[in-house]
Amino acid sequence: MSLINIKIEGIPYQIEDGQTILQAAKKCGYEIPSLCSFNNGECSQGSCRVCLVEVKGARGLVASCVYPVNDGMEISISSAEAVAARRRSVELLLSDHNQFCQACDKNGKCELLHVANVTDARSGIFPGSHNRVHLDEVAPGLVRDTSKCILCGRCIERCKNAHGLGILGFEGRGFNTFVAPAGDRSFSDSPCIQCGQCVNVCPTGALMEHSEIDKVDHALRYGKKIVIAQAAPAVRAALGEEFGYKIGTPVTGRMIAAMRRLGFARVYDVNFGADLTIMEEGTELLGRLKNGGVLPMITSCSPGWINFAEYNYGDLLPHLSSCKSPHQMQGAILKSYWAKQNDVAPEDIFVVSVMPCTAKKFERQREQLKVNGICDVDAVITTRELARMIKRAGIIFDRLPEEEWDRDIMGTYTGAADIFGVTGGVMEAALRTVYFKLTGKEAEPVEFKDVRGHDAGIREASLDINDTTVNVAVASGMKAARILLDEIREGRSKYQFIEIMGCPGGCINGGGQPYVREFFLPNEDDDILETYKEKRAAALYSEDERNTIRQSHNNPQIRELYEKFLGEPNSHKCHELLHTTYAPREGYNELKDE
Amino acid sequence: MAKLQEGAVRLINEICDRYKNEKTPLMMILSDIQNEYGYIPLEVQEVVSKRTGISVAEIYGVVTFYSFFSLEPKGKYVIGCCLGTACYVKGAQIVIDRFSELLGIGPGQTTADGLFTLDALRCIGACGIAPAVSINGKVYPKVDVEEVEGIIDFYRKEATA
Repeated sequence: MSLINIKIEGIPYQIEDGQTILQAAKKCGYEIPSLCSFNNGECSQGSCRVCLVEVKGARGLVASCVYPVNDGMEISISSAEAVAARRRSVELLLSDHNQFCQACDKNGKCELLHVANVTDARSGIFPGSHNRVHLDEVAPGLVRDTSKCILCGRCIERCKNAHGLGILGFEGRGFNTFVAPAGDRSFSDSPCIQCGQCVNVCPTGALMEHSEIDKVDHALRYGKKIVIAQAAPAVRAALGEEFGYKIGTPVTGRMIAAMRRLGFARVYDVNFGADLTIMEEGTELLGRLKNGGVLPMITSCSPGWINFAEYNYGDLLPHLSSCKSPHQMQGAILKSYWAKQNDVAPEDIFVVSVMPCTAKKFERQREQLKVNGICDVDAVITTRELARMIKRAGIIFDRLPEEEWDRDIMGTYTGAADIFGVTGGVMEAALRTVYFKLTGKEAEPVEFKDVRGHDAGIREASLDINDTTVNVAVASGMKAARILLDEIREGRSKYQFIEIMGCPGGCINGGGQPYVREFFLPNEDDDILETYKEKRAAALYSEDERNTIRQSHNNPQIRELYEKFLGEPNSHKCHELLHTTYAPREGYNELKDE
Repeated sequence: MAKLQEGAVRLINEICDRYKNEKTPLMMILSDIQNEYGYIPLEVQEVVSKRTGISVAEIYGVVTFYSFFSLEPKGKYVIGCCLGTACYVKGAQIVIDRFSELLGIGPGQTTADGLFTLDALRCIGACGIAPAVSINGKVYPKVDVEEVEGIIDFYRKEATA
């Protein structure tokens, strides 16, 4: 890359060619406000006009997020004209924005408010008509409210980039333009997988998770049920970010303490369910390998991925493991074994899962997961929602003691379960146990580092275990998954076992995780947008390393559960409680008249 | 989604394949489908999406952006009243209102018998003969509000002939 000379505010800088003004200015120490540009240029429609700057010789002001720098360019960010124009752009955006900011769940994390602040924009400057509001509160996972949408197009790009899906698009024209799934349908009536990646990039509150805090409140306040909380591994790796901790700081102990103070009768780790999943899934895989079952077998922990498979690869559903996901398994055990041990009726237990995920909200309502008509899990809240509940309760997170999980009956977990939260983790955890089952001894070293990663894309490994060659692959994000799935469809897949996670990077980057926005994270490194996934993943791998037990089959409470209740892995009872079925679904289903 | 007939799917796929080598084939595909069927419902967009890999939302966006494309079936006769600046100044609003009154439908709608669709168009480039009305490609220049009834009668008769 060649170096060029530019001037900003008359001061000379030497920078690399081939960047936009916005990117170059950042390296020179200037933060130009922008909305439609995101993630270092992942999406730049040049449409919001918030990043206007003056370039000597250019016709009018230019949008710095799309305008490339060139040698000798003279840029002014602080010229009176540019400052006024940026302010006007934001004021125009505000003029068609529902400004009920106090009651917005994005309050405190809204980028529109941030740019309004740094551009000195005033509200109410351009009174006039408002665009019609399109509200979708039907989907269990996501809510779309166009009264807060600024038409930046980030959600559209993210859906395409992460999944090659493109559920959302611009509809209509001119002032009446809005963002929606085709035909202004609900997410529920489109092949949306409800992963929440669009929520993660929305600068305002136009796209949000479908909150279930009210449901939890109700159960805690008025219900006569025992309210039990269980948290997924990826939550502890990111929750701290909501309370000012640096990204990648695990906050397990304080999170448990906070959940107790919110009134949950028991606080369990979904890692126990993850260990259980490995026992079931590992056994299922060995059975398929031995008995000539459908291969490759594909993991089934990610509800976003399950949705994608049912919509797009209905013919490949026999490849999916029949295992429920860990929190569903654990919910089923809570409402059977735990209920019996504690002499409680299953219907008197209310299970709340804390998840990095919005698709889990959809998953928990699936008919196929119910046992005797009862849901395994009664409410799913995201990492962000848990943080809201903690703040609401006046808890100073920092001052909480570090507490331990409840460990009666369940709650002991292994390092194998910890790493479920990152792409490749389920694969590695399964391999640790499969290796043992095939050879009778533990793998040395315990790690299978070839399948590790923290980003979208495909990784693969080939293992020789006792003369059995096992080819495995790992993919996260549906764009990568498609490649592996098309191979299977065309009969040229060389794998026996595949792990697929819905979100790029796995659960650490789930649609329910804390937002990563540079300007709200002043203490993070400049490259945090590139490194946050790696840092969150490292938090989980370090928990794995610290754990004294690192293989699911060595979890003493799991052994006890099988001895006292379930019998063997994949037993009849296991199938009743811990396994499920799938069915192809129509993407754009026929709408019923109201 | 209502299932399309096999023949329709084949034709739509064939239309998509015509522009296989184009960099941005969507407009051309949609134009051909609009001309062939008179409208482009969501079911058809899904077929196009599958064939081309362009997302349904993007296709839907294009269909709703351009007034030439339609989501609903159009009538046998599509009456396009230009409401561009020149036509508007010359009284196009009164002309379209008269069509609306006589046909009992608003702009964008189709009569129950499927005979007429009334469309409000942006400038059709015929400012010299404003106000202009275009019916199935035939352009009526300098339309006076008194002529409207006669125009409708002409097509009613043509339809029954």
